[in-house]
Amino acid sequence: MSFMLSITPWPVASALLWIVLIVAALYLIRGTAHKTIHAAAHALHRSFKVASKAVTRSELKLAERNRDVLLAAGREAKERIIEREFDRINETVRKDLANYSSLHRALSESIDRIEKDHQEAVDVPPDPPGWTKAVEAVAEMSKNDGSYQVGNILADIHKSLQKAHKDAMSAYHEASAKRHHLLRRMRPDWRKIQQKLNAVGKSVDSLLSRSVTIDRHMQEYEDIVHARDRAMSILSSSSLVNFFVSAFVLAIAIGGATINFSLIARPMAEMVGGTSLIGGFRTADIAALVIIMVEISMGLFLMESLRITRLFPVIGALPDKTRVRMIWITFSILFLLASVEAGLAYMREVLLHDELATSALLRGEIGATATGEYMWITTAAQMGMGFILPFALVFVAIPLETFVQSLRTVVGLIGISLMRMLSLSLRLLGSVFLYLGVLLKQIYDLPLFVPLWLEDRVNRRAEEVGLTGRV
Amino acid sequence: MNKTLFTTLCVLLASCSGEHQPTNTGVFMLVDTSGTYTEEIDKAEQIIRYTLSRLDATDSFAIARIDTGSFSEKDIVAKVSFDDRPSAVNRQKRVFVQQVSEFVENANPSPYTDITGGLLQAVEFLNEKGTGNKTILIFSDLKEDLEEGYVRDIDVELGGFEVIALNVTKLRSDNIDPREYLGRLEEWQGRVEKTGGQWRVINDLDGLEGLL
Repeated sequence: MSFMLSITPWPVASALLWIVLIVAALYLIRGTAHKTIHAAAHALHRSFKVASKAVTRSELKLAERNRDVLLAAGREAKERIIEREFDRINETVRKDLANYSSLHRALSESIDRIEKDHQEAVDVPPDPPGWTKAVEAVAEMSKNDGSYQVGNILADIHKSLQKAHKDAMSAYHEASAKRHHLLRRMRPDWRKIQQKLNAVGKSVDSLLSRSVTIDRHMQEYEDIVHARDRAMSILSSSSLVNFFVSAFVLAIAIGGATINFSLIARPMAEMVGGTSLIGGFRTADIAALVIIMVEISMGLFLMESLRITRLFPVIGALPDKTRVRMIWITFSILFLLASVEAGLAYMREVLLHDELATSALLRGEIGATATGEYMWITTAAQMGMGFILPFALVFVAIPLETFVQSLRTVVGLIGISLMRMLSLSLRLLGSVFLYLGVLLKQIYDLPLFVPLWLEDRVNRRAEEVGLTGRV
Repeated sequence: MNKTLFTTLCVLLASCSGEHQPTNTGVFMLVDTSGTYTEEIDKAEQIIRYTLSRLDATDSFAIARIDTGSFSEKDIVAKVSFDDRPSAVNRQKRVFVQQVSEFVENANPSPYTDITGGLLQAVEFLNEKGTGNKTILIFSDLKEDLEEGYVRDIDVELGGFEVIALNVTKLRSDNIDPREYLGRLEEWQGRVEKTGGQWRVINDLDGLEGLL
């Protein structure tokens, strides 16, 4: 520094001289420096832009793949729903229409019976003869004019006729009673017909409502097949919902497995020893964990065999006979393991009592070794939990399947978001470098304001002279 | 793929076959039965019960009396190496307590006090057991009184051992000249630490928490 200030006898003059020299040098190389800054800034800008484009392309590819995965999953789920709906329709049709011939026969028989009864009911008995009124008049007349003989005859006739009328009336009443009886007999047949028709109506209504549901599902299926935006948005949101719900249920299941583990880890020490280690972990703990894992695996196989989940297509594709055999085998293993767990839970309680008794003895508390009256409740509860939890863990297969399926799309969505952010950042960085180049050029020109001002003046003067010359 | 599998298997096998340092505990307790110290034996039982409660599977524990000639297996009152199974451990503890109770009831005072002999016996026992932690508890006033003819001028190798003196009572002579008591403690500390052992004194039996 002192050397720089000593090129002239006066340091200020030296400094001024240096400034002039530096400014002059900077002015002379200004064009080259500007080009260099420009080239560097543009190179960086272009590099980041290219990188951003590459990331965007990858993002699009990932989005496409995610879309395919989502559509495939949605299609499969929809196919399964439609298949089940058809199964239900098939069941309804099989149940109701299989009896259609007998139903038809029953209806026909009932109708025939009603028709016959109706026919019989319409036979009206004949009225009493119309000429009785005339005979009545003759009888009245003969009494009045005193011809006794005629009167007697007519009175007999009248009597006979009265009797005939009475007989006719009783026959009429009898016929009416019979008719009413026939009509009464028709009533259960009407009711039967009504009931049968109601049942048929219900079945038809159920079929109709199912057909509406199938129509809706088919519409959604069509949307999925044609990859419409509406279907995509529905599938994305349902995938996210499925992911969070299944993750929540799995967390609960993990809690259950942990309780299960604590139930059997302690008594396991009785079988495999309490101090031996495998890879730094207690063998008893590993054994307990293995039992729980085997139970979960059996549960998965059971669910697969029952075709409730579809994690292993091989199991689903097995012949029905083999599949049923597999159901029984997995269930038996599960039952045995649950029984073992119940036994271990009992053993845990026994060990706990033993340990408490020994501790009390060591403390010199003889009376404390007696067990409580209601201790059997905790023992029974532990045994029950030990037996039930393995079966409860079977149902982990359902949320697990949903979790695995939704995880693919959720990971894809997260990847897309990250790539989008990266692409944006790269593009932003590219622009920053571009404007940084412009800024650097301005900063470079800052100390050169004097020569630049002079240059500007000279240029203006030259322009003015040029214009004057042309004029 | 095969390489990765092979490496993983090797790592697993190495972790399984690697020699593990034992982490179990071995405790040998020497109980002074000489002269008037026999009166303190109830306190020894209390300590034994506490020690038992602190020990677990695969640990070892032995009780030996200090009498005229303590370097003998006959002086071992009770000994146990705990099983791997928790139920067996509890059973062994109950049997051990029974043996100790019988010893406490029938303890007879001995005319001499051979602490060094007992220490040698303890070292031999614990080295044989090969436990990870080795602790010798000396329940005594630390006043050694050897019968004529017994040679105990031996340096006991105590590297890796922790020696804890318990209930070191003051004798009548200690009251007259406390230097005797302090001198006794210093002498024993020197003997233990000289051969690489650790030395501790616990006189307050209500504060046994830090014993093991």
